[in-house]
Amino acid sequence: MRHLLCAKDLSHDEAVLILDTAAQMAATQSREIKKLPTLRGRTVVNLFFEDSTRTRISFEAAAKRLSADVINFSAKGSSVSKGESLKDTALTLRAMGADAVVVRHPASGAPHRLAHAGWIDSAVVNAGDGTHQHPTQALLDAFTLRRHLAGGTGDLDGLHVTIVGDVLHSRVARSNVDLLGTLGAHVTLVAPPTLLPVGVEAWPCEVDYHLDSALAAGPDAVMMLRVQRERMSGAGGGFFPSPQEYSRLYGLDQRRLAALPEHAIVMHPGPMNRGLEISADAADSARSVIVEQVSNGVAVRMAVLYLLLAGTRTPAADDETKVPA
Amino acid sequence: MGPDTRAQAGSSSNEAEVLGPADIGRALVRIAHEILERNKGADGVVLLGIPTRGLPLARRLAANLAAVETGVDAETITGSLDVTMYRDDLAHQPTRTIGATHLPAEGIDGRLVVLVDDVLYSGRTIRAALDAISDLGRPRAVQLAVLVDRGHRELPIRADYVGKNLPTASTQRVRVLLAETDGRDGVLIEGEGR
Repeated sequence: MRHLLCAKDLSHDEAVLILDTAAQMAATQSREIKKLPTLRGRTVVNLFFEDSTRTRISFEAAAKRLSADVINFSAKGSSVSKGESLKDTALTLRAMGADAVVVRHPASGAPHRLAHAGWIDSAVVNAGDGTHQHPTQALLDAFTLRRHLAGGTGDLDGLHVTIVGDVLHSRVARSNVDLLGTLGAHVTLVAPPTLLPVGVEAWPCEVDYHLDSALAAGPDAVMMLRVQRERMSGAGGGFFPSPQEYSRLYGLDQRRLAALPEHAIVMHPGPMNRGLEISADAADSARSVIVEQVSNGVAVRMAVLYLLLAGTRTPAADDETKVPA
Repeated sequence: MGPDTRAQAGSSSNEAEVLGPADIGRALVRIAHEILERNKGADGVVLLGIPTRGLPLARRLAANLAAVETGVDAETITGSLDVTMYRDDLAHQPTRTIGATHLPAEGIDGRLVVLVDDVLYSGRTIRAALDAISDLGRPRAVQLAVLVDRGHRELPIRADYVGKNLPTASTQRVRVLLAETDGRDGVLIEGEGR
């Protein structure tokens, strides 16, 4: 593994290795001294062109717990607002000697460009690009599922996960469909037709337009997606008639929560729109693992940084980047 | 463990068995007695095995302690200590898989920790283990038990309990086999000595 750009790039064994490593990392995080010397002297740059609270903090905590130096860069208040290109920003990072670049960008494919254009030699971790991918979120979701429903080892063979909401704008849904499928889980997407992307029928999952019928199938986990109103033009963007109607048809409320199987867990990648896609009852219920997802995020990101940065680079992988900038 | 056992063996494939199952059994009984003798009993003793092969050795030593000393429960004094994340050679090797660290329920504060590993070579694994221990607590003392000491130390570290001193050439490779991990017990030396 040289970069982590897309959940689809991970093989079954690589994904399980990341989850196993994350489990060991999680075990170290219950100790009094949480800091490990593993990545001492390495530099991780958090390059965030888009707002984020938990992902940036999570990557920062993960890097610091492994003793790496962290440089935070957000587009706001940087030269990007003066019109600097991604390439020039990348060359600046290279001059500063970053070992890994964690990038979030509003344009789908920006991390791929950064990894393969030959501008930098560092490992690139995709922390969310446009409506494309958010692989570490899918890994932390898989880790959480595995911990609660698969005994904390192996893969997710036979689990049934229902993902509900704004699939169209969701990189989380795309990454999860890829990764959970690789790990053997069965995924059902539930959304109004307006919030499903073109081509969804080719994805390795099932699609249902009705939440109640999907929940009647007895899923092991329900993952609610945030309605991404900032990506919808206009007030509701014309994707659904009104927030009230969306909430009534696709929101996880008290009644639907009660209809879930006894062992089922409720997940949400955050930030939540309470009262829209998820009610406060559901978000704060005993079967909600939303806060645990955040702490698992740190362990998973520690595992990813460890696996990308700790070992030697193969000469072949280095050659790939020796293109003049 | 680690680079210690993975030293280059050269192209020669001749291997000699230097310790058999009975030798290993006797060495572990002797080490268990030495631990009791040196520490005047098993009070506060914790055996931490370094994965992979230090762990079964620690379990066997604990069973030997329990057999001769009353009031010792082999299960509650044994733990594993993974040192991967404390190694100083991570950047020079392919990425290593991280093993599990399990401490006895009472922890290691104020107790006497005996580190257990299969082969003592450069001493770097033990250095990493000492760092790992200091992040986990503050033992009263730390001692080291190894099945084989093959020399070639790169750090000022020595073992308190040694199963067998084995003079080797650095081109040779020492392999420890244990029934729990490899199906049989044995210590092999591979490659030509110089």
